[in-house]
Amino acid sequence: MREKSVDTAVRVRGLVKRYGNRTAVDGLDLDVRTGTVTAVLGPNGAGKTTTVETCEGYRRADAGTVRVLGLDPVADAAALRPRIGVMLQSGGVYSGARAEEMLRHMAKLHAHPLDVDALIERLGLGSCGRTAYRRLSGGQQQRLALALAVVGRPELVFLDEPTAGLDPQARRATWDLVRELRADGVTTVLTTHFMQEAEELADDVAIVDAGRVVAQGSPEELCRGGAENTLRFTGRPGLDLGSLLKALPDGTAAAELTPGTYRISGDVDPQLLATVTTWCAQHGVMPEGIAVERHTLEDVFMELTGKELRG
Amino acid sequence: MSTGTYSPRPGAAPVGRMIAAQAALETRMLLRNGEQLLLTVVIPSLLLVLFSTVDVVDTGAEKAVDFLAPGVLALAVMSTAFTGQAIATGFERRYGVLKRLGASPLPRWALMTAKTLSVLVTEVFQIALLTVIAFALGWSPQGGPLPVALLLVLGTAAFSGLGLLMAGTLRAEATLAAANLVFLLLLVGGGVVVPLEKFPDAARGVLELLPISALSGGLRDVLQGGAGMPWGDALVLAVWAVLGLGAAARFFRWE
Repeated sequence: MREKSVDTAVRVRGLVKRYGNRTAVDGLDLDVRTGTVTAVLGPNGAGKTTTVETCEGYRRADAGTVRVLGLDPVADAAALRPRIGVMLQSGGVYSGARAEEMLRHMAKLHAHPLDVDALIERLGLGSCGRTAYRRLSGGQQQRLALALAVVGRPELVFLDEPTAGLDPQARRATWDLVRELRADGVTTVLTTHFMQEAEELADDVAIVDAGRVVAQGSPEELCRGGAENTLRFTGRPGLDLGSLLKALPDGTAAAELTPGTYRISGDVDPQLLATVTTWCAQHGVMPEGIAVERHTLEDVFMELTGKELRG
Repeated sequence: MSTGTYSPRPGAAPVGRMIAAQAALETRMLLRNGEQLLLTVVIPSLLLVLFSTVDVVDTGAEKAVDFLAPGVLALAVMSTAFTGQAIATGFERRYGVLKRLGASPLPRWALMTAKTLSVLVTEVFQIALLTVIAFALGWSPQGGPLPVALLLVLGTAAFSGLGLLMAGTLRAEATLAAANLVFLLLLVGGGVVVPLEKFPDAARGVLELLPISALSGGLRDVLQGGAGMPWGDALVLAVWAVLGLGAAARFFRWE
């Protein structure tokens, strides 16, 4: 059991958090292995932020246990806070403070901070060193928040939607930094509703829906679920999928995702592909953009929750 | 041991260093804010000069500045400890600054200590400036420095408690509006520039219990009247300090 506390940076069991009548988190379990990147993936309102903020010590659990680096985030806050880095979803900086000033200040609160100049350079914040926070662009504010989370050389960082609202280039830069953190032994927990972010970065993905983890594993493990592949195509809306399914082997599923967009999932082999195209030919349907795809996290999410993730 | 750039090496700075850094940052934020400077420096200075040189209000004193200087010093304390602190802290709460600092190694008590230091440093600047202006206007203060210092500290505690209570319970916009309104009302009704003798007796009895009246009245007893320690006013301020700080500690919401 001792082994476990060393290898597990975050351990959440049966977490429940209510706001008035609304249950934001409803019996959530989560394990984060030390030294890995874990993505908490889910749509808005799934309970991601509440979970992370409970781990950060901001909220008291209504039920369940939370251990972060072996500590209780509320009772042991004084011991825990120097060891974690926190990036809030927004805000957190004096509106009149300059980016560099705030970063230097946060560095001063720690015993062995990173080199501030190098961090500013690394995150491309050099041009806004003298600009007041409220005049920075959204992307610059995000990058500053990320810098504030890592400047104290934490063991564990919590990043709440670190790339929401970033352009693709800035998103890549953030991803690169997360990879560097991982390479240097920092554990990262990030929340996201971007599928691609979870697939690119995470060793482990916890899919959260309605306050619970509905699946957890590596992206590969989650996508392997059932060894299924997917066939997608577009055609005219309202095709009779029942008739198509009759022609396909048992265990195959077909769905019209949006009007005119079809997805066949199952054991997609050359025979199945031929059957689908033959059926289309018989029904006078041109299957535009037909493609065989690996099962994606998006599909996994959809199967588990019946919902589309915003991407 | 890996030795990458980001290899974990966590730890809090020594608490004294954290408090010093936080107090310095808070003071810089305050001095950089134009509206705050208007409130803490420009308005008290203008009132002192204007009311000392133009006969707007009959102060009953031989030299108007002898009546006005203690009142304006009280106003300076109120502007920083109450109005300025309430507005700044209210917006820090609104913008998640307090929340973010709550996840840093800086303990809450250290944050509050830093805020207090920042208020005191600002007051030292204000008092130095207003004293110079008052002397230039021919001020001749009486009394000793010790009662003055004690009254200023008690006044700061009383106004800080009320300012933090407002900042920690109301929305930032409401705090902004209310803190300015209270500032204005207490400026007029708290014996700062208008002697309380000008008000009807019934109103005066209530007004005398306000923290601003106790501070301006107490300072005036010492600096104009040459009194020793005005214990009555000190007691009024102490009660406000206990009530205000107690309520702030109880009801302050960090988010």
